[in-house]
Amino acid sequence: MIKTDALIIGAGPTGLFTAHQLKLIGLDCQIVDNLDKIGGQCIELYPDKPIYDIPAVPECTGEELTNNLINQLKPFDIKFHLSERVDEVKKDGDKWIVKTNKGSSFTTPNVIIAGGVGSFEPRKFSVEGHEKFENKSILYSIKDKNIFKGKTVSIFGGGDSALDWAVELSNNCNVNLIHRRDEFRGAQATVDKVHELTKSKKINLFTKFQLKKLNGSNKIESIDIEDDDKNIKNLKTDYVLGFFGLIMQLGPIANWGLNIDKKTVEVDTEKFETNQKGIYAVGDICNYPGKLKLILSGFHEGALAARACFKLARPNEKYRFEFTTSSKAIKNRLGVKSD
Amino acid sequence: MAKITYIEHNGTNHTVDVQNGLTVMEGAVQNNIPGIDADCGGGMACATCHVYVKEDWFDKINKKNEGEDDMLDQAYEPKKNSRLSCQIIVSDDLDGLVVDMPEKQT
Repeated sequence: MIKTDALIIGAGPTGLFTAHQLKLIGLDCQIVDNLDKIGGQCIELYPDKPIYDIPAVPECTGEELTNNLINQLKPFDIKFHLSERVDEVKKDGDKWIVKTNKGSSFTTPNVIIAGGVGSFEPRKFSVEGHEKFENKSILYSIKDKNIFKGKTVSIFGGGDSALDWAVELSNNCNVNLIHRRDEFRGAQATVDKVHELTKSKKINLFTKFQLKKLNGSNKIESIDIEDDDKNIKNLKTDYVLGFFGLIMQLGPIANWGLNIDKKTVEVDTEKFETNQKGIYAVGDICNYPGKLKLILSGFHEGALAARACFKLARPNEKYRFEFTTSSKAIKNRLGVKSD
Repeated sequence: MAKITYIEHNGTNHTVDVQNGLTVMEGAVQNNIPGIDADCGGGMACATCHVYVKEDWFDKINKKNEGEDDMLDQAYEPKKNSRLSCQIIVSDDLDGLVVDMPEKQT
């Protein structure tokens, strides 16, 4: 069981700056995020898109913003738990016990939800009966490519994941690549490679087709794919892989006894605390009168939530407001020399 | 100003006046019409404001933006007449526009 003053759920800009604020006032914290990298929506949805409304930063991309926030955290030692999703938050006296899907567990007086619109999960197929084949013949990510050796694999999607795996698996599997239109959004070099492999019959390419039906009882035997003009083709296949990107799902947060309205969590505007003492929500996921879904609002919310955490983490100490320009204690924490 | 009709997957109709310059997505969100999530807030960075534009309107509205089809690849059950409603700007010409919403966005 890991002990910490505050556990932050979500490593997007708001979670990162909240961590900074916690460390600045002398609290320790750890961060859990379901993505395999730091940055949240900034890194997953718009790494290359310029943002124009970060105070004092005329223009920066989602990736630059993330990197700057990570740099700002450099003086501090913060443990990140990436590729882990918080599944359970349970009360234990005046503490919260938090458990992730990878078996990590934490005990903390403060849980700060900086979860954006929820956790990123792969978008799934919508055809009937897909659930029963999931994790057996239908996969949304690949852990061990060797299971496909010598088999027929039908890959759906038009982005880098779909194309990269089509190229890779064409070495020792029979690959069908199916995409809903002629253009691909993957890297041009990979697109060229796919066309080359299609010509040499290493990849069977079906464009303007989508999955229509799954056939088979215990495992998939074949699939029907359909084009815009309702023409149907039947393909024998052992595996079906879907690479449609990630979508955001509120997920387990819905089960923690919080007041939730339209996928957002109600908070007060003093501490950004939810209806549960010691659980806060900041950034896009919180809701209060006048809420703006801006990154700058998340920074403000995180700064106030961090101060609220102090009271529960250090019940016998008094929090004293200090400026970074003048506080000796803060400068010590930052590892900078004081005048 | 344009009258826009949003049809939920279950057939429920919502017709509202939407100001010029707003997007079809904003017209739905500001009027609390269910069925459009708009998780990214209109940045063409997700695919949760996905709508089907009625055939006779599809060619009349502004063409798809660069990158819109890339996002639509990630939408729930995209079709030929799929659009991201955050990329359709409302003007007087859109008066009478009808959009169908998918069964769900995520």
